[in-house]
Amino acid sequence: MKARSLLVGLAMSVATAGVLITPVSGDTPAAPAGKRAFDATVIARGAQLSAIGNCATCHTRPGGQSFAGGLALETPFGVIYSTNITPDVETGIGAWSESDFLRAMHDGVDRNGRNLYPAFPYDHFARVTDDDVNAIYAFIMTRDPVRATVPANRLAFPMNFRPMLSAWKALYLEKGVYRPDPDRSAEWNRGAYLVEGLGHCGACHTPRNAMGAETKDLYLGGGEAEGWHATAINASSPAPVPWTVDQLTRYLRQGWDDQHGHAAGPMTPVAHELAEVPEADIRAMATYLLAVMGRKEPAAMRAVAPGRDESRVQSGAAIFAGTCAGCHDEGASAISSIRTVPLAQTTSIHAPDPRNVLHIVLEGIWPEPGEKGVVMPGFEGALTDEQLASLLAYVRVHFANRPPWPDVSRQARDIIQHKNENER
Amino acid sequence: MIELDVNGKKQSVDAAPDTPLLYVLRDHLAMNGAKFGCGLGQCGACTVMVDGDAVFSCLTPVAVLAGRKIKTVEGLGTIENPSPLQRAFIDEQAAQCGYCIAGMIMRAQALLEKNPSPSDAEIRRHMMPNLCRCGTQMRIFRAVRRAAQAMQAGAVPDRGRA
Repeated sequence: MKARSLLVGLAMSVATAGVLITPVSGDTPAAPAGKRAFDATVIARGAQLSAIGNCATCHTRPGGQSFAGGLALETPFGVIYSTNITPDVETGIGAWSESDFLRAMHDGVDRNGRNLYPAFPYDHFARVTDDDVNAIYAFIMTRDPVRATVPANRLAFPMNFRPMLSAWKALYLEKGVYRPDPDRSAEWNRGAYLVEGLGHCGACHTPRNAMGAETKDLYLGGGEAEGWHATAINASSPAPVPWTVDQLTRYLRQGWDDQHGHAAGPMTPVAHELAEVPEADIRAMATYLLAVMGRKEPAAMRAVAPGRDESRVQSGAAIFAGTCAGCHDEGASAISSIRTVPLAQTTSIHAPDPRNVLHIVLEGIWPEPGEKGVVMPGFEGALTDEQLASLLAYVRVHFANRPPWPDVSRQARDIIQHKNENER
Repeated sequence: MIELDVNGKKQSVDAAPDTPLLYVLRDHLAMNGAKFGCGLGQCGACTVMVDGDAVFSCLTPVAVLAGRKIKTVEGLGTIENPSPLQRAFIDEQAAQCGYCIAGMIMRAQALLEKNPSPSDAEIRRHMMPNLCRCGTQMRIFRAVRRAAQAMQAGAVPDRGRA
């Protein structure tokens, strides 16, 4: 594997150059920070900032207590488990001082000076002001401490060798908090600050290079998240209907926009968290993101996309008629109580990667446990890989009029296999 | 004509390719175990098994079923000799109006064939797509757990035959 050999080489050169010096914490608190008093307004602001940063989503395992860590994050380099960031002194970060926490967020090192993996997106959190980091610290330190030790990471050499992350940081970590652009509005700057910093949108929506770092010249150009395609949200956004600030604000806060679709997969918890954030902040993020996308015209009628397999499209049409049309027939559902996004307008069907459509067809859409929300049944088991490929061939041509996705049946098998392995 | 394999028996059916399996079962084959609830995959009353997975027969057109094995509640047991799940549903008195029960049993059957000792959380997650309007969910849950335990112990209750 090319990435692996690059990394090995890098680790060796770091080791031989003797640059294994990592900073050591200079600040040891006299008492666990959780015992100290924090101003209630600061805690409340920290709660909102933590929601923008989506801290709870990664730092909570399924069914686990909030912020107690243990979620398995699959990376191309192996599995990393999120840490316990409750103020438990022994297994969490209860012994961390405010400056330890600030250093972790800005420099990606833990209290003992060990490098943290950039699965924790400190390349974004470096942009967050000290004041905001301190508010998050106040919020985190006033949560209930949870005693929970997380599993050890499963990473192969050289990625299990933390000192080499110093080299990664030297290459990819730009330090310095966000500097406002004086030529732009206050709202644009607020949005840019939140999107590039705490919101860390690029962590999923920007493609990563062989070293697992974001490709800066493809900023927000579409990436990966947990086996889903994180759609491009820059000028190459595949959304057929250009977003408006109102629509994107609504989508980010409610997880749904009736001209673009539903926040599914890894975006579900993001929207769930953002519902707690003041609308002005979300509107600022939407304003900035729209500026990144640039002015777009509604998609014009295209000529018939080439490369279609007519017999596949035909059999896909029959499957669609029996399986999907009850809710997703042309325009809208035949049944007034069912409100679906017209498929021709959903972003996923226009995206260059079929995985989001496959995930949704196979798994359906379900609200977070205990929450109300949109329900779509999943069709795993009802359709074979080949039938799924036919269905998607039809949907792609009929609703998006774009060239067919390649390799759909193989990707369907991969998704099902991965899900079955995780359930075991 | 489409040939279907229902409970191990080959059946030739004269139906349009987009006809839902549910209609074929009930109207062509007079197998009325699976029920029509919503017709939209939102309730699960129509659940049957295809190649070992629980599917909504109301949203499964017969065109996708050639060469695949369909199992319905009629294929599990008989009144004299109920299957472990049927026995457990009776023992827990898990039905009130009973309309959802055939679907519940078939979804649970798909779980137990793949995972003979599911955790409580696995049972809850697996059964999520099927709804009971009467409110016997807790009895249904206990029935699935009871059936799993009975099947694990190998002591399949067989009161009917004894």
